[in-house]
Amino acid sequence: MTSPLEQKIRITGPSMITANRTFDGAVIYRTAAKSWSTDLSDAAIVRDADGARALLAESVADDLGAVGAYIAPVEIKDGGKINPGNLREYIRSRGVTIDLSVPV
Amino acid sequence: MYAYDELDRTLINERVEEFRDQVKRRLSGELTEDEFKMLRLQNGVYLQLHAYMFRIAIPYGTLSSKQLRRLAHVARRYDRGYGHFTTRQNIQFNWIKLAELPDALADLAEVGIHSMQTSGNNTRNVTSDQWAGVAPGEIEDPRIWSELLRQFTTLHPEFSFLPRKFKFAITASAHDRAAIKIHDIGLRLHRNSQGETGFEVLVGGGLGRTPFIGKTIKPFVHGRDLLSYVEAILRVYNQYGRRDNIYKARIKILVHELGVDKFAAEVEDEWRAMGDRALTLDDSVIEEIRSRFTYPRYEKLPHMPDELKQAARDPLFERWRRNSVFTHKVQGYAIVTVSLKPVGGPPGDATADQMDAIADLADRYSFGEIRVGHEQNLALPHVARRDLPALWKALDKIGLATPNVNLVSDIIACPGLDYCSLANARSIPIAQELTRRFANHDTAELIGRLHINISGCINACGHHHVGHIGILGVEKNGEEFYQITIGGRADENAELGALIGPAVRYGDVADVVEDIVEAYLALRERPDELFVDTVKRLGVEPFRERVYATR
Repeated sequence: MTSPLEQKIRITGPSMITANRTFDGAVIYRTAAKSWSTDLSDAAIVRDADGARALLAESVADDLGAVGAYIAPVEIKDGGKINPGNLREYIRSRGVTIDLSVPV
Repeated sequence: MYAYDELDRTLINERVEEFRDQVKRRLSGELTEDEFKMLRLQNGVYLQLHAYMFRIAIPYGTLSSKQLRRLAHVARRYDRGYGHFTTRQNIQFNWIKLAELPDALADLAEVGIHSMQTSGNNTRNVTSDQWAGVAPGEIEDPRIWSELLRQFTTLHPEFSFLPRKFKFAITASAHDRAAIKIHDIGLRLHRNSQGETGFEVLVGGGLGRTPFIGKTIKPFVHGRDLLSYVEAILRVYNQYGRRDNIYKARIKILVHELGVDKFAAEVEDEWRAMGDRALTLDDSVIEEIRSRFTYPRYEKLPHMPDELKQAARDPLFERWRRNSVFTHKVQGYAIVTVSLKPVGGPPGDATADQMDAIADLADRYSFGEIRVGHEQNLALPHVARRDLPALWKALDKIGLATPNVNLVSDIIACPGLDYCSLANARSIPIAQELTRRFANHDTAELIGRLHINISGCINACGHHHVGHIGILGVEKNGEEFYQITIGGRADENAELGALIGPAVRYGDVADVVEDIVEAYLALRERPDELFVDTVKRLGVEPFRERVYATR
């Protein structure tokens, strides 16, 4: 399997690193404090390929804490609010777009 | 039902403990994710968008009420109170925690359920006709052969590291409810001119990025030779199948590139070279398997009992009966399909409460047996016709009497981008909107049999290529678009649908489908000409014109 670090990194705007938590699979975001948060607003933001590579490298290194770390786009709104940058990340961040068969 | 023996129970229990140890080592850091990934996949554990997803096999679609109750328990105890029945007679739980998976597996093992080989590059769950053993005109119960194959392929070392995943389906009826032509190996049980039972063997069917309809490589393989012939196919695949390119690794690509005649000759050579036929099935082995399937003690009952005559005066009951009740091989009994496609609901989902309730109804009305079909519905296979009115009322109480089986709102859909890490677009909301558009049952019955299949990506878990109307989600510049095909079918006359034109936006899909259906109603020669037959007769063009003339 190709490591994400071996792939060419190209980002076109503000981005973050996201993954799933190993013990339960929950969606998590890499923070500037070198840890993980389930809250997108805690995500460390990178704006160039070098910054993304460095953040991805430390994320991938935490193999025990997180699975499948990758770079994903975000939108930074006025006031600094972080929003998901595409539909996939919107769904990962906010949950399914349908009513669940059994409400949570 | 098939009764597991001590060997089966030991195998499943040992597998649970093996996986428990693997999970423990993963959570302690002893195993990296790279090391662990293949181990979890071999136990049906994927990582999806929001959580781990746990896929459990329901071999040949047969469940006991006890097993269904245990699935309900897993849904409630370890997940979020519901499960999703798939297009391959599996059930998936979407919110499972890795740390709790061994306990869930152990609970399932107690009732003979497991998740072995529900993922990975090995032989997957052997699927069959959900009406097996009760369908009128069936050659014999195909589950006997399915079970032989299940035992043969489970943990078979030669089949555990194939170039790519490998799927079997078996039917023993003239009408194919198991979609055998879109499987890696499709087996059609029939009798030769000497009256012997054997199989037409089709190879190389499959959907995904490169769809193919399976091709017959041998018109008749005697039942006693089934395992040796299947092994010969898998040996040829293991030898020549590509391992350098995941997109070209399925057996369908090998059959296509070699040509069906060359592929068949390779299998024949391999089969003959196997010589002594250690795998030839002794009659006693077949009988041993056959004897482990138990069948209900049916009563002698009238075809038209008083209860049914009375209930026939209720038009709501009659509507449900017309669409959900099917002929059983034993007089006085019926097969009842339980629709998991309520208006506005996710196709194939059942809550834990519904699973428990269906298990209770199975005990009361179907000798404790439930079936799972690839159309993502359930079936009660042995219902006395006198009990149909009471069963209907009970199903209605739990929201499972939607009278739409085989109609336009009986939609097959994959989980799509709401759950799946491979998906490019959402499937479930499209299905939900379509069920709302076609919620009027009079209109649905006027339209007649029409299968809509939706996939959220080219991997085609929703079998969109073989939907009468197929809908494929794609992503263009960050936006969801959907390609529409028409004219596909998954039965004995399986065909791939044809694209009607450029992809349409998310918000336009339901309008386009309505246009296609309206065009069909205007174009069909007579009310009983099915949608798929109208498309066959006229081609795509009139539908294309209707859809794109104003877009």
